[in-house]
Amino acid sequence: MSEPAAVALAGVARRFGRRWVLRGIDLVVQAGQVVALTGRNGSGKTTLLRLVASVIRPTRGDIRVFGHHTVHESPSIRTLVGVLGHNAGLYDDLTAAENLVFALRMAGRPAHAAAIAEALERVGLSSFESERVRGFSAGMRRRLGLARLLLRPPRLLLLDEPYASFDQDGIDLVNEFATGIREQGGAVLLSTHDLARAVGVADRQAHIADGLISELPLEEPLRRPAGGFA
Amino acid sequence: MNAEARRIGAIVWKDLTAERRTKANFNAVVFLAGLILLLFGFAIGPDGQTMELIAGGVLWLTVLFSGVLSFNRSYEQELENGALEMLLLYPGDRRSIFVGKLLANLLFVLLVEVVMVPLAALLYDLPLWRFIAPLSLVLLLGTIGFVTLGTFYAAMASRLRAREVMLPLLLFPMLVPLLVGAVQATGGILNGDLLGSTAAWIRLLVVFDLIFFVAALFAFEYVIED
Amino acid sequence: MSNGGLLAEAHRQPHWLAPTGWLALVAVVAAQVTGFLISRPDRVMGNLQKIMYVHVPSAWVAMLGFFLVFVASMLYLWRRDLKYDRLAASATEVSVLFTGLTLALGSIWGRPTWGIWWTWDPRLTSTAIMLLIYVGYLALRSFTEDEERRARWSAAVGVLGFLNVPIVYFSVKWWRTLHQVQTVDVTGTIGSSYAISLIINSLAFMVLFAWLVGLRTHVAGLERQREAWLEEQALTGSEANV
Repeated sequence: MSEPAAVALAGVARRFGRRWVLRGIDLVVQAGQVVALTGRNGSGKTTLLRLVASVIRPTRGDIRVFGHHTVHESPSIRTLVGVLGHNAGLYDDLTAAENLVFALRMAGRPAHAAAIAEALERVGLSSFESERVRGFSAGMRRRLGLARLLLRPPRLLLLDEPYASFDQDGIDLVNEFATGIREQGGAVLLSTHDLARAVGVADRQAHIADGLISELPLEEPLRRPAGGFA
Repeated sequence: MNAEARRIGAIVWKDLTAERRTKANFNAVVFLAGLILLLFGFAIGPDGQTMELIAGGVLWLTVLFSGVLSFNRSYEQELENGALEMLLLYPGDRRSIFVGKLLANLLFVLLVEVVMVPLAALLYDLPLWRFIAPLSLVLLLGTIGFVTLGTFYAAMASRLRAREVMLPLLLFPMLVPLLVGAVQATGGILNGDLLGSTAAWIRLLVVFDLIFFVAALFAFEYVIED
Repeated sequence: MSNGGLLAEAHRQPHWLAPTGWLALVAVVAAQVTGFLISRPDRVMGNLQKIMYVHVPSAWVAMLGFFLVFVASMLYLWRRDLKYDRLAASATEVSVLFTGLTLALGSIWGRPTWGIWWTWDPRLTSTAIMLLIYVGYLALRSFTEDEERRARWSAAVGVLGFLNVPIVYFSVKWWRTLHQVQTVDVTGTIGSSYAISLIINSLAFMVLFAWLVGLRTHVAGLERQREAWLEEQALTGSEANV
């Protein structure tokens, strides 16, 4: 297979202070795959996503995104990766449209009003185009975060708890977008503690427990006292 | 080159727009500056001659004490919703973030000065209008250095628990040459001495600004990462 | 990772450290004694002048130290090897100590000489500012828990701080000369024996400095190795293996 994997983690470990959040993760995600990361709160899902996005560095191990090393080739990673995190990373005092304009300009793209209007339409926020984000609910902020991703679809999509605070409509939006990325030859890594929502879209489930990862079948993960082999 | 200019412009636009919408900030800083000017007057006056002697020093200390409040605030909006992480994920040179914030902060502090300096001239009986041109130059040069280092150190201080203490602790010792130069130049100008030592102090300000703009620009990407 | 499995080397000091310590002790004692013996009490200031044999070398060594911090900081930013961070932090601590000593002695010398504890003398004033800059460095470190972030941020502060050293010195000097105030000008009443004693003492203090920084860096390295050991424990401490 000459194409590099979308995501390749080898022996990745990360600690905060003395606490090891991830102890030795090996994971490969190929292009065209959607992988659901499951695990309890605090199990390290967010940390893993941040490592892949090159926001933080691993304490040990290597991570490559489409062949690019996250530490040594960080600028390349940033052109390939799109993220929607817990916090959508918006500016409360700007309007929805202005947040998108800013994102486009920062990414070096022209900020066409038509494209912005269309993106807002797709996520159902058209009527809030000129409203300041300060008053937005959590669900609305996520939608705006999705709109931002729509305007610049990434090759690797990283979603952290994308279903939280979403109604069925929002959940469908997320899954639709993820499917779209997959069909364009990209890959998706999403974390959730409610696997049922991703069942239609995810190809695999990777479960994190005690800082280690294991591949599980696509049903609800059984409750285990500690992590182990599938 | 062009792309980075656009990114810088985007940051300036964003920071200023957000600032414009919460005008509360600007007003508070301006009122604080006025208050500090008054307090100095009470502490040092009421002898008019004494006040005139120390006017340059009072002016610049007021700029420093009121301006310092704006730097941490510039990063707070990034820390609120995890926007900083988003900022760091955009492709392109991260130093544009520094330049953008520097320009936005510069504009903010200069605007505060536009209100504060005439007020100081009023309170301390300064011949402001006669020397408005050279004074503006000194104010600009001094403010540039101040804002450059303030924007730089706030990138760190704003993320620490003791941010209100750490920013002045890190920033103010570094500003001593700037303070000395700006106060001497200001005092010289107000006394009508536009040549000789005043010019030398202005040169010091220029050198200081240049050295620390370059140094801060270089060091910024090491500081802004998570 | 450069710290894996270094337990065996943990307790061994670098081989040059202990001899340097002895050399420092001998050198400093010898230099101080020389200073007292070979130069006669100063015409104007009497034996008080001997304070200069500690004050001046301390100042000189502190300045050298801050330069070392600069170099170590740049090296860290380039290499991202934490040993440079440990060196920079240790050098800062030792230099801050010597700076404090310089200030205290300068003040003590000034009191009987001019009748006041502080005169805004340009060199003392610049030294005081440098002290504050590097105290800021240490405060920043104490508030930053993440090791890597602490190293990066300290390095940035260390680099900029040192760049300011000449600027602070010259600006304060011009500021004072404008107003024609006396400085700590010791050149007026010296003879060459004084200069020789200063040089001997400065060299001795440099050895002392090298020993202190070496020792402190070594201790920091030990602390790090202990951390690394505890890290390993925590990493493999829990059950399931892959």
